[in-house]
Amino acid sequence: MKIIVVGCGKIGTNIIGELVKENHDVVAIDKSPAIIEEITTIYDVMGVVGNGADCETLEEAGVDEAELLISVTDSDEMNMLSCFLAGKMGASHTIARIRNPEYNDKSLGFMKEQLSLSMAINPELNAARELYRLLKLPSAAKIETFSGRNFEMVEIKLKADSALDGLSLIEFRKKYQINLLICVVKRDDEVYIPDGNFVLKSGDRICVTARPAEIMNFFKILGTPRKRSKNIMILGASKTAFYLAKMLLDAGSNVKIIDLDGEKCAQFSESLPNAVIIHGDGARQELLLEEGIQNTDAFISLTGMDEENILISYFAASQNVPQVITKANREEFVAMAQRLGLDTIVTPKKLISDVMVSYARGLQNSLGSKIETLYKIMDGNAELLEFIAQSDCSLNGIAFKDLKIKKSTRIAGIIRGRKTIIPSGEDCMLSGDKVIVVTAIKGLDDLNDIAE
Amino acid sequence: MNKAMVFKITGIILQIEALLLLLPALVSIIYRESTVWSYLIAAGLAAIFGTLLRFVTKPKNTLIYAKEGLVIVALCWVFMSLFGCLPFIISRDIPNFFNAFFETVSGFTTTGASILTGAQLDAMAKGNLFWRSFTHWIGGMGVLVFVTAVIPNMSDRSIHIIKAEMPGPIVGKLVPKVKDTSRVLYLIYILLTFAQIIFLLCGGLDLFESSVLSFGTAGTGGFAIKSTSIADYSPYIQWVITVFMLIFGINFNLYYLFLIRRFKNALKSEELWVYLSIFAVSTGIITYNVLGSFNGFSEALRHSAFQVSSIMTTTGFSTTDFNLWPALCKTLLIIIMLIGACAGSTAGGFKVSRIIILAKTLKKECQRLIHPRSIRTIKFEGKALDTVTRHSVAAYLAIYVLVLLSVFLLISVDNMSMETNFSATVACFNNIGPGLDGVGPMSCYADYSAFSKIVLSFAMLMGRLEIYPILLAFSLKTWSKK
Repeated sequence: MKIIVVGCGKIGTNIIGELVKENHDVVAIDKSPAIIEEITTIYDVMGVVGNGADCETLEEAGVDEAELLISVTDSDEMNMLSCFLAGKMGASHTIARIRNPEYNDKSLGFMKEQLSLSMAINPELNAARELYRLLKLPSAAKIETFSGRNFEMVEIKLKADSALDGLSLIEFRKKYQINLLICVVKRDDEVYIPDGNFVLKSGDRICVTARPAEIMNFFKILGTPRKRSKNIMILGASKTAFYLAKMLLDAGSNVKIIDLDGEKCAQFSESLPNAVIIHGDGARQELLLEEGIQNTDAFISLTGMDEENILISYFAASQNVPQVITKANREEFVAMAQRLGLDTIVTPKKLISDVMVSYARGLQNSLGSKIETLYKIMDGNAELLEFIAQSDCSLNGIAFKDLKIKKSTRIAGIIRGRKTIIPSGEDCMLSGDKVIVVTAIKGLDDLNDIAE
Repeated sequence: MNKAMVFKITGIILQIEALLLLLPALVSIIYRESTVWSYLIAAGLAAIFGTLLRFVTKPKNTLIYAKEGLVIVALCWVFMSLFGCLPFIISRDIPNFFNAFFETVSGFTTTGASILTGAQLDAMAKGNLFWRSFTHWIGGMGVLVFVTAVIPNMSDRSIHIIKAEMPGPIVGKLVPKVKDTSRVLYLIYILLTFAQIIFLLCGGLDLFESSVLSFGTAGTGGFAIKSTSIADYSPYIQWVITVFMLIFGINFNLYYLFLIRRFKNALKSEELWVYLSIFAVSTGIITYNVLGSFNGFSEALRHSAFQVSSIMTTTGFSTTDFNLWPALCKTLLIIIMLIGACAGSTAGGFKVSRIIILAKTLKKECQRLIHPRSIRTIKFEGKALDTVTRHSVAAYLAIYVLVLLSVFLLISVDNMSMETNFSATVACFNNIGPGLDGVGPMSCYADYSAFSKIVLSFAMLMGRLEIYPILLAFSLKTWSKK
């Protein structure tokens, strides 16, 4: 499928990388010849130097035969214009990054319709939503929800003295009588889709899917008290911080935001009157101690510098803050931060490339099954996909015990209307079901492909 | 450096060459010649060596960078030439190794310089004649471009290999994926070759002759199958070849633009118009200059157009002994030898696009003398040229002249005439073939010593691969771990 990406910044480059992995024909547009030069040597894509909102540049990139144009330049207005033009010039689908809070209110729907955008993405808002979900559950590294919010996935790391250490999955089920699926395990950089005889060990990163209520029970077993974080400290007055603070304040939490930039602090205090805004250098430990880091329930570092985020988070963790969340955009740093013991790391650009990949995969295969959501888990080594089983899906009506499913694939759950089913051998798929599949196969885009 | 990957790809290339060697074997079978065995043996050896290289080395990753790309291309071409010359030696048509190597390098690099005298050529087996011309066709578009088109997922960064093998200052992709770009290029190449074969068949040639001549034209090579080159063919055939030589000297990107119906963009190309103008002006001058020695204007025009087209596109066919032409014509021919044809074509030489960029840079520098504070952007093909490209073109000129002079000096030890040596250097380095005087169109390179033949062989390789790959592959620094 031919996809054009306008703007090759952090997010653009990441999207390009993921789309190339999915084997799409990608054309990258950027103003800077140096960036295009670099992108075209690293990835197998074609580069066009120019302004993405210029008809000639778009024509050179072959917009008339493109199925999707993704515009992620710095400027919202530019993204809107380039998507609008691309749509008029023949691109079938267009996605624009629109991140200014002023555009992200009621007018967004109107704008989307008028510019005929297929989707408007806001990486900061996405990241804020992810952070908000994480704050609901202490100690989870990642939480994702599926259609109807009646089914969740959490990624956690088993602590040194975990109750699950040494148990096989069958024993675990017998012992705790809990209806959930441990669907992926990552141990020493190796990813497993475990069967019943798989024995868990401390230090494993596991991925669990279940109903929200069961997830709560699971956290009780793990011995992590389920207490909602009440006092939250945020470092860095970024757009993400703004969206997150807004959500938290609406939910009744106490939010403290620290930033070095006085002007930003003034802006925040104007738009978030209920938050405590501190003007000061968050990298100074004394300031953090003074502001009571030892008594906060959660600490989130959202500055623009990955290094700063990681080091300050490390300090926060050493002060026994129950939940520490770090934003890191560079992949190399994520692995290093994990080695430092920081388990909950949010990578906004990855969240966005996941959305793009699932959108592109959905476009590629709109027959038989449709991809509703896609999450990359375990640092991109496995995927959770939510398909809608169409009426012509060949697997409908076959009991799972009679179905031969590929080795590195499991059916994690089925959402039928308002009901969530954790499937057993007797269950089967029906047309219209939302089927959640976990797989280590790369690029799965058709529900029929899960059978051998 | 990822040496394992370098050797693995060299192995793949040799395996492909083994397959390609089966084609002349087939031709030998059709003509019931004994050369079939020499091709089968050569194919077997290439296959064994290639398979060994491929399976003995186990690359830890498929990551290659620009450096690996250059080295891979250089090694592949040297190894291909080494195995490609085996059939000539085994069949005893060219028993001497140095001669056979020279002939094969000349084939792959689409030079067309031969060590065979007219009598030897006329006595050669059909299978060998086919292989000689077929090497032109393989070398024209490049064997590594072919490999990236057919081998799935060879490396994530095969763009480095394409960049090293495709001539020209700016190598871009036609479509997003390297693989598809290579496929499009080969598709155009094959279609054009077929078109020429059909035109030649219409002129009354048999299938063997028309395919062999088409291979020579398509790769802009210039090996003929008669001692008189193209002189004995009808005017129709000569005109067909003239036009097709010109066609293969044009940047293939333009044909792609034609394929996707962007005629306007294709016709806007600056390089194309400069290229055609050089051709027209040179043909005009030469026609006027030689008018007296031919029967009438049309014959003079035909011969001038053929020679100019052949020399400019670095093909090297000839219809007349231009060695006997007036000095002005010969000088003009030497100058267009140095210019060459368009970048991104199958032709060699310095390339018209580099000449344009240099001329524009020169103009800018002159203007700066008059207006020291003036700022002027240089545009090429409608786009602003960055300083990196401009510098690399200037540097290429420097190294081009340096290599040219070194080769000239080295082959002077054989004590041939100055004109012979200079034209031999220019003709080999720019992948043309025939030069002047002792190496003129009706003579051959046989009189040079073994040493000079090796020097000229490497000059041909450097000319085809644009110098850097060969220099890098044979420099110790590349291979040391430091």
